[in-house]
Amino acid sequence: MTKFILRRCLQALLVLFVMSFVIYALIGLMPGDPLDLMIQSNPGATPEVVARLRAIYGLDQPLYLRYLHWLWDALRGDLGFSRTHSQPVLEVLIPALWTTCKLMLISFVLSVILAMVLGIVAALKPGGWIDGLISLGAFAGISVPVFWLALMMILVFAVRLHWLPASGIANVGDGSLLDHTRHLIMPVVTLALANTGGFTRFVRASMIETLRMDHIRTARAKGNGEGRVVLVHALRNALIPVVTVMALSFGTLFSGALLTETMFAQPGMGKMIYDSILSNDFNLALSGLLFATLVTLVSNLFADIAYGWLDPRISL
Amino acid sequence: MGGKLERRIIRFLFALALSLLAAGPVLARDQLVIGLASFPTQMHPEINPEAVKSYVEGFTLRPVTIHDKSWSLVCSYCTVVPSLENGLVRIVDRPAGAPGHTRGMEVTVKVKPGLFWGDGVPVTARDLAFTAKVGHDPASGFANSHTWGMVEKVDVVDDRTAVMHLDEVSTLYDRIGDMLSEHVEGPVYEAAKSPGDYINQSFYNRAPTTPGLWNGPYLVSEITNGTTIVLTPNPYWTGHRPQIRRIVFRTVDNTAALLANLQSGDIDMTPGEGMGLTIDQVLALAKAEPDRFDYVYKPTLAYDHIDVNLDNKILSDVRVRRALLHAVDRKTMSDRLFGGKLPIADSWVSPLEHIYTPDVAHYPYDPTKARALLAEAGWTPGSDGICRNAVGDKLSVTFSVTSGVRLRELMQQVIQSQWKTACVETIIKNEPPRLLFGETLKRRSFQGVVMYSWLFPVESSPRQLLGSDQIPSVANNFSGTNYMGWRNAVVDAGITTVETELEPAKRQIAWAAMQRAYAEELPVLPLFFRVEAHTIPKWLHGLEPTGHNEYAVNWAEDWTAD
Repeated sequence: MTKFILRRCLQALLVLFVMSFVIYALIGLMPGDPLDLMIQSNPGATPEVVARLRAIYGLDQPLYLRYLHWLWDALRGDLGFSRTHSQPVLEVLIPALWTTCKLMLISFVLSVILAMVLGIVAALKPGGWIDGLISLGAFAGISVPVFWLALMMILVFAVRLHWLPASGIANVGDGSLLDHTRHLIMPVVTLALANTGGFTRFVRASMIETLRMDHIRTARAKGNGEGRVVLVHALRNALIPVVTVMALSFGTLFSGALLTETMFAQPGMGKMIYDSILSNDFNLALSGLLFATLVTLVSNLFADIAYGWLDPRISL
Repeated sequence: MGGKLERRIIRFLFALALSLLAAGPVLARDQLVIGLASFPTQMHPEINPEAVKSYVEGFTLRPVTIHDKSWSLVCSYCTVVPSLENGLVRIVDRPAGAPGHTRGMEVTVKVKPGLFWGDGVPVTARDLAFTAKVGHDPASGFANSHTWGMVEKVDVVDDRTAVMHLDEVSTLYDRIGDMLSEHVEGPVYEAAKSPGDYINQSFYNRAPTTPGLWNGPYLVSEITNGTTIVLTPNPYWTGHRPQIRRIVFRTVDNTAALLANLQSGDIDMTPGEGMGLTIDQVLALAKAEPDRFDYVYKPTLAYDHIDVNLDNKILSDVRVRRALLHAVDRKTMSDRLFGGKLPIADSWVSPLEHIYTPDVAHYPYDPTKARALLAEAGWTPGSDGICRNAVGDKLSVTFSVTSGVRLRELMQQVIQSQWKTACVETIIKNEPPRLLFGETLKRRSFQGVVMYSWLFPVESSPRQLLGSDQIPSVANNFSGTNYMGWRNAVVDAGITTVETELEPAKRQIAWAAMQRAYAEELPVLPLFFRVEAHTIPKWLHGLEPTGHNEYAVNWAEDWTAD
């Protein structure tokens, strides 16, 4: 197991190195640079001023040189300065990461719990009315655009009912746990509902397949109760493909929460990465995207370890 | 046992839900929550200029001179606006052998007494001298350093008096911007070793809640990056005491969500000035909830227009350009899309500016005249309704706007249909802002016309936009923003006059001549001056939008609440 984890860590480092170059090059290949947009909004910026700023920000250097400078500094633990925020990258990244972690972890756990319950219930009587209802809800969750769902939630719970705050992470001057929780409810529920549909379909399909296997029939024949058969014998086997899907989704959640973060004014990673790419903030965009890559790699590593636990026949 | 536990859990969850729903925010009238659609990327007033930053910092940092609500240049942090007439400005010969111009200016600035930074340190002429020194330094990263850039030296006579030595004669001598705090920023600037160091180490970016950075009626007391900025009164402010004890800026990027926040009461107001709701959203809100807010529509200096590539064979003919403008029903477009609130433009100069002249060519909607002009230029309608010339070429124009901007795309579609009526085929080719401004316009690779807008400061020289030396090309490394490729001797001469002639009457003549040449030749098809729509809570009084880029927040201490 230790050898496996070490091997995967080394692979992850290699992937991160390759990704850093690919991402840097892709951002660099995008047309224009941030100063072009500045000129558009500021007719008073003379060509001399723009040339001077380009030199100060290092935008006049070839792309590979900029990348090598970044890599050299990054290897020494310095991720550089964010050009747009004029702050060290970590000072911008860490608060955004914290916001996203709260949002993502809670919504992920919520959507996994919901998907497990709904998927199992639906799989118990495939084709029944409960299965039909759950499938309908799951397809609705998959199909409804996140921004529309978010807007509807704001309109219902903030504008009409005045039950919950429409946006932000806390009220100024408050900041209590209760206040933070109130601000988290709508974004968490939105993100969870958006993910639950897909997860439910995977759990349902996997459970239906597992419940038809021979060892389940044997378990029932041995006189095990239906609860034990489903939750112990079937679920554990059914979880293997589901864990893969969830592990992959976990990584994309970091960047995928963009719409939720935008609609509910949550300053998280998704929005930070999006803004930094648009404004050609190389250091920040690169660090954010690399972090999302790292999360994907780590979550896949956990998924691999989970396979071994779920099915001891799988050798790592 | 299991049932008891279940009941307890249910009771607990029910109580939790009730407490969460009941604990709504308590907002007092001494707090104003302003909703913004964007957040300042950083807080240094002179680096990376953004409208949203100017808006926020209008509460906390004031320029030395400012255009007031009647668009006159007045003192904000000085006692008298320097001028030739009052003897505070002198034209001087520069030392022999000095690089650049032979004549310069000496401008005496009298700093207003009784001003303090947020930590109690007085604002003095040394702060002015420090700002000029940083602004003149090419390594400092000041984005628009022209005003400070021409100040080669400042003599501090006493705490209240500074003499700025300008290395050229310029009409911008009296546009004196925000002062930086010498006692806070000075050590940072002195410690900067390489270009860019000052930007990264400045307290404005590293610790913007430092009280000594701000000299306005409010101080930045809290920032949550990307979402919230909180301002509280400056305890050392000696002017009119602000009645509103806390200003909160809350950013919601999506304007539909911003509107929902306004309706839910989570935010109290949205500013115009391009930072809040779009005009169509405010018009819809005013219709739905006419009595809930005061709706103020203020024309601005933002100029919607269509740039024409004059290298295009078809469009190089001025008769075609005039026909295109005659074929656009701007009045109906304003009525239908913007509630009739957008003033129609004849040139880039707004009728609100004193330099405006009505004595220019006008192009009212007249499709008959448009077709006649096209016929005169050799274009006659074919069987498909599209004009063709003698050799059978179609009268076809490629039309670009930034993709994803709904109102602009709507305007584009209306214009496309109106041009079709005048026998012009329009091929729409929209691009994201980065591509349009970063490549297509910058390299002049657009084939036909591009619609976008400019935001001008008051009485701003049009050199960057219209000067023949500002046509982007390989030779000048694609700098300049005269994307049309327009060359006009009257305009070139006029630009020099408005930048250097200190006699207002002579400048006025040059402004009029430039506007006439522009309207005559139409290198750009003028459309509208944008109107910004403000939603202001009924309980807030004294907020008067200015319409220019020195926003109403510069007088926020006069705002009152019921």
